[in-house]
Amino acid sequence: MEESKKIYWKGIEQLANSPEFVKHAHHEFPQQPDPEEDPGHSRRDFLKMMGFGVSAVALAACEAPIRKAIPYVNKPVDIDPSIANYYASTYTNGGDYCSIVVKTREGRPIKIEGNALSSVSRGGTGAQVEASVLSLYDNARLRGPKIGRDKISWEDLDNQIIGKLGAIAAKGGQIRIVSNTIVSPSTRASLAIFKEKYPTTQHVQYDQASQYGLLKANEESFGTRSIPSYDFSKAKTIVSVAADFLGGWIAPVEFTKQYAQTREVNEDKKEMSRHYQFESILSMTGANADYRTQIKPSEEGAVVIQLYNSIASKAGRSNLSGGLEKPIIARAAEDLWASRGEALVVAGSNDKAIQVLVNGINDMLGSYGKTILTDTPVNYRQGDDEAMASFINDAEGAKLDAVIFYNCNPVYDHPMGDKLAAAIKKISLTISTGYKEEETGTLVNYQAPDHHFLEAWNDAEPKKNHFSLGQPAITPIFKSRAAQESFMIWAGESNVNYFDFVRNNWKTWFYKDQTIDFQSFWDKCLYNGVLELPSAEAEPATMSFAADVQTAASAIVSNYKSGGFELVIYESGALGNGSQANNPLLQELPDPITKAVWDHYVTVSPKDATDINFAESFTKYFSITVSGKTLKLPALVQPGQTPGTIGVALGYGRTKAGKVADGIGQNAYPLVSMVNGSLRYSVSGVKFEKTDEVYQIAQTQTHNTFMGRQTIIQETSLSNFKDKHWDREFHPKVSTWSDPQHKVDPGAISLWRGHEYKDHHWGMAIDLNTCIGCGACVVACNVENNVALVGREEVINRREMHWLRIDRYYSSDAPADDWRGIEEASANPEVIFQPMLCQHCNNAPCETVCPVAATTHSTEGLNQMTYNRCIGTRYCANNCPYKVRRFNWFKLHDNDQFASANPSMNTDLGKMVLNPDVTVRSRGVMEKCSFCVQRIQQGKLTAKKERRPMNDGEVVTACQASCATGAIVFGDINNPDSKLSKLLKIRPKDEKHPHRVDKVTDNPRAYQVLEEIGVKPNIWYLTKVRNKEAVKA
Amino acid sequence: MTKNFISSACKFLPIVFVFALVNLTSHAQEISKEASAIAAGESLFNANCKTCHRVHQKLIGPALANVYERAPSIDWIKSFIKNSAGVIAGGDEYANKLYNEFNKTQMTSFTTLKDEDIMNVLAYIQSETEKGPAVAAAPAPGSGPTSEEGGQQSAYLNVILIGMVLILVLLLVILAFLVSALKRFLDQKELSAEDKEVIHSPITIGTISRSSGFIFIVVFLVGALGFKAVINGLYSVGVQQGYAPKQPIAFSHKIHAGQYEIDCKYCHTGVMKGKSATIPSVNICMNCHNQIRQGTLTGESEIAKIVSAWDNKKPIEWVRIHNLPDLAYFNHSQHVNVGGLACQTCHGPIETMDVVRQHSLLTMGWCIDCHRKTDVNTKGNAYYDNLVELHNTASKTPMKVEDMGGLECAKCHY
Repeated sequence: MEESKKIYWKGIEQLANSPEFVKHAHHEFPQQPDPEEDPGHSRRDFLKMMGFGVSAVALAACEAPIRKAIPYVNKPVDIDPSIANYYASTYTNGGDYCSIVVKTREGRPIKIEGNALSSVSRGGTGAQVEASVLSLYDNARLRGPKIGRDKISWEDLDNQIIGKLGAIAAKGGQIRIVSNTIVSPSTRASLAIFKEKYPTTQHVQYDQASQYGLLKANEESFGTRSIPSYDFSKAKTIVSVAADFLGGWIAPVEFTKQYAQTREVNEDKKEMSRHYQFESILSMTGANADYRTQIKPSEEGAVVIQLYNSIASKAGRSNLSGGLEKPIIARAAEDLWASRGEALVVAGSNDKAIQVLVNGINDMLGSYGKTILTDTPVNYRQGDDEAMASFINDAEGAKLDAVIFYNCNPVYDHPMGDKLAAAIKKISLTISTGYKEEETGTLVNYQAPDHHFLEAWNDAEPKKNHFSLGQPAITPIFKSRAAQESFMIWAGESNVNYFDFVRNNWKTWFYKDQTIDFQSFWDKCLYNGVLELPSAEAEPATMSFAADVQTAASAIVSNYKSGGFELVIYESGALGNGSQANNPLLQELPDPITKAVWDHYVTVSPKDATDINFAESFTKYFSITVSGKTLKLPALVQPGQTPGTIGVALGYGRTKAGKVADGIGQNAYPLVSMVNGSLRYSVSGVKFEKTDEVYQIAQTQTHNTFMGRQTIIQETSLSNFKDKHWDREFHPKVSTWSDPQHKVDPGAISLWRGHEYKDHHWGMAIDLNTCIGCGACVVACNVENNVALVGREEVINRREMHWLRIDRYYSSDAPADDWRGIEEASANPEVIFQPMLCQHCNNAPCETVCPVAATTHSTEGLNQMTYNRCIGTRYCANNCPYKVRRFNWFKLHDNDQFASANPSMNTDLGKMVLNPDVTVRSRGVMEKCSFCVQRIQQGKLTAKKERRPMNDGEVVTACQASCATGAIVFGDINNPDSKLSKLLKIRPKDEKHPHRVDKVTDNPRAYQVLEEIGVKPNIWYLTKVRNKEAVKA
Repeated sequence: MTKNFISSACKFLPIVFVFALVNLTSHAQEISKEASAIAAGESLFNANCKTCHRVHQKLIGPALANVYERAPSIDWIKSFIKNSAGVIAGGDEYANKLYNEFNKTQMTSFTTLKDEDIMNVLAYIQSETEKGPAVAAAPAPGSGPTSEEGGQQSAYLNVILIGMVLILVLLLVILAFLVSALKRFLDQKELSAEDKEVIHSPITIGTISRSSGFIFIVVFLVGALGFKAVINGLYSVGVQQGYAPKQPIAFSHKIHAGQYEIDCKYCHTGVMKGKSATIPSVNICMNCHNQIRQGTLTGESEIAKIVSAWDNKKPIEWVRIHNLPDLAYFNHSQHVNVGGLACQTCHGPIETMDVVRQHSLLTMGWCIDCHRKTDVNTKGNAYYDNLVELHNTASKTPMKVEDMGGLECAKCHY
């Protein structure tokens, strides 16, 4: 190639070749200006000085700050710093009820547990009950009474309100008190005092999840407008038509307890209930059913008619027209009829006609007096849809002069809320007593905040002759006042004290035929939290069913039209009706079924979602249009959803709830319609259209099937289980070099010498048969162990911190060797829930890889995690086969970034809920389930102080305590009399060395997850038994 | 809650005071004279009564000599001890008289004392009454056992050191003799001038300081000492041993716990029950200082601060001395109640301190050290029976805290 003659110059200087350029030409870089010439300090000097300054400050800071110890002036006799006090109390939220025990430390409630003395909730709790302790410390709470947007004193507020009420009463103006269901008899009495003073007052009750249809149906059938007690525990056959009785229908905690009793099986009791579910969305109850049939909401009535007919033909009653043949109905009818007197049919519909027919079926089955107790009616749902609608219409027509909203938020959670919001301005006096401002509170003239229930005296009558007391576990944090006091003050009473009022009521009402003095009686009630009076009649009253089933059937036929997409509006699995939406514990609690958190979505059946590529939670927005109202929500593909139906949860779309909830999702209440005088939570003919907008839903589980791996999930059918020689299908075997034929028991070989536990050997059994997947344990664990919440973004990044998760798996129709197909869930899958937490392996893989011995094994079988030793290599998490270790990617406390997602570690108010016995972890350390080691230590110490051996049941982990079904059993394996040892029938492998880790379980249902890897967990799972002929893979 | 109200109402009523006089000698014979009863009574008396009562001396409450003869009846004594407020409120004449006589200071109700406990206490009081007042012996301010032991140890060390120094000096002398002998020997030989110069070169400071051996030793010593100082410095970060801040009230443990022998548990009420030993609340101070307004060292000024805190309902902001990091869990009741440790084991001779200082290191190494050395207090505690049995089959040494997992992380960190 010819050399080019071209010359390139570096610049004009080279061309000019000035002496200045020649002088510096050999330097690669142009000369820096002489440092001497720089008058100021260089950047490096600055950094040096900074470095020195910082280290000087850091050194000076080594001196510990002065810490104060401030004792009481006058120490209350039963409050000792560092010792927890427990108070029996009552949780009520609208009509939701639970008898509870509140744990307080240094005067602060920090944990709620169930009260075992109550025969209503029987020691059970739910996720919302467990979470409500954080609502006490909600930063969005009202600090005191307000007029409009301004503060006001209670005296001024009372004077103004009394003046205005007086003027209204003088001219005979109409006054309304609006509330959710009130279960407190003393609250009712205080309202009566108010009504006596202002006779134009009417009290309107409504429920977010209305049961008005059921109330009316019972009135028509039996003459009393009430809801009876249901006793699922006595039912051998349970048929539910769209009633989510484990999740939200009427009294889920109570029903869960009863239901679990019928689902428990063991060697001696090989009988369990058979549960049929007919529903559109996959509810938690449906997920637990033995047989589940997909129907559309418009078919609910027809299914009930069909069921009625199938039974009527056996019972010799006349058939009705309008039935619809669906799979399994005939079979359900057979079972129901076969177990007459031990059968129960429930329906979730709020339609009177459907409920009348259900009553008819139960009547034919002889359920009344057996599984349905009409002589102990419940008070959980008293809402009157018609009265509420006419109240809103009256408000719109400017017929009202004063409205008091007693602890309710109809502007948000009533379908006609927007109408009411507009009409409120037409009412001259509007008062709200909510402890938070919320959507309704922002619109009223006066806000007279009530206490949070943990600060207040109250009582409750969940069902007839069953009473319970609510006592404050903390003095009111803010300048709130019992709403009942407010009512009585406004009624002109002086020296009002609601505590005295409740106490006097109880003296008048219940202190009869008592052999003890009243103070002792009262103390006893307060100590127990509950009071049960003997029922008046010894014999249950005979109820005669007297409703016109023909009319009901024809009403159903004419009322329900199918067509287009059908929308089901249901209560959110975690948030419920949304009244506690600002509680991040619930927002970050994965929905039992969808496993979504912090998100609102529309559930779509896989068949209708063929054009959405739903992978890794990525999805598209859909618009849902119902009679002019449009919601835009991302779609979540939900196996089990009936094709042609979609589901939207209530509880989202809050605008004035507080930092946590505002702006998440859309409000679905306006889509609820009023049909024939009651609210209907389903709509036909919905316009459902895909948009192009992409969205990622935060889900904690994105793989839906267990891929047929029996090493994780084991299940069987009841008929198999009944076989005397039944054994689990799957026993993992491993091969060794000397025996390559897969024949060795994985427990037989080990690299390790094994531990010896001389004192205790803590272990746990989880019964997959009774676990219903509700998630109460998850919330309980969060509260007990100060588990941080991370918010939506970080859940998407797989950085949630929950120590305990509930894995939910669907069955698949594909054969076991079709690896692609088996990833897809069935269209109507069987569902199984598996709580997954640290398995406290005896050969723990995490322990061997920690370079700093921050995770070690204890002499009691615990896998310990020492935060202050951890340097954050995350080797342990990588080596954990169960994926239960959680890494603190962020400083989740005192960090503005997480202030709204994790208020319990970021606001002064929220921090009051923290458990002082458990360290708040900092950034860069690993954490995981500790088996509630603080409770173990506490239990041991109590025994030692009393100089006695430990008793079984003395240590109860938080998850176990919260579990209403009793699926979780924790205990000492070394104690042969412990409940756990007896349940597992566990014994040492080598009788000569009873304290070695190697144990044999003789309960054929007991298995360990991933047993073949030989990590020897201390948690056993009990095989799920389904009451059906064959079990899907 | 109500229970709280009632019991809190009762417990405020300060304590102190006692039984009435009235001649009822007949009850005296019920009181046991057995040595075991007297011994049991003495320990009960010291634990519960001594704070306010002496047998022969009027303190906050009356002197108790002869009380079994003065009081209306033994049953009266029992009921008064168990619930003095109730007896006074019940209008008992003598109780009210005493109540007024002692400035309306009420005696704590000892509901936990059983009848036989009270009888044992009375047995002790009877034996003391019969002995008559003892001649007061001046309390000898003996030095603590630890320091004595330390003194012995250091004396022993000194002897060794002096011995070693003597040996070294002897060695030096021997070496000097050797050098001069060798020099003389070399002088007798025929040597070159250079060699002679080497032999006779004077040993000056200059030659020593320039020698490589000397430089090496100096560098090594300076480096090693510096390193040791840095390590020591780092180990002391966050360690507050000897921390003795000024408190808002010049409270002296020397006077209360030392001179008056008030039981530690009387004020630090949580120590047997819970994690925190608790700093006494003002009402506990007022139990005695309702009466006592004149301090031994400070006159009225310091006690006035307590009274003003009580009157103004303003808590006293004590400066916390013993600070464990938040990540460590320590429970007093485990160590004091279960383990049976004396407060002094960790807090040092607190009864000799006018100003409390942190006696121990309170580092993890210090905790672990004790857990390695200490035998578990298993006597009479059925919790440990099984463990002790297992331990004794495998080992001949007594069971240490370490042997039952006392060194495990999750015993203190969770």
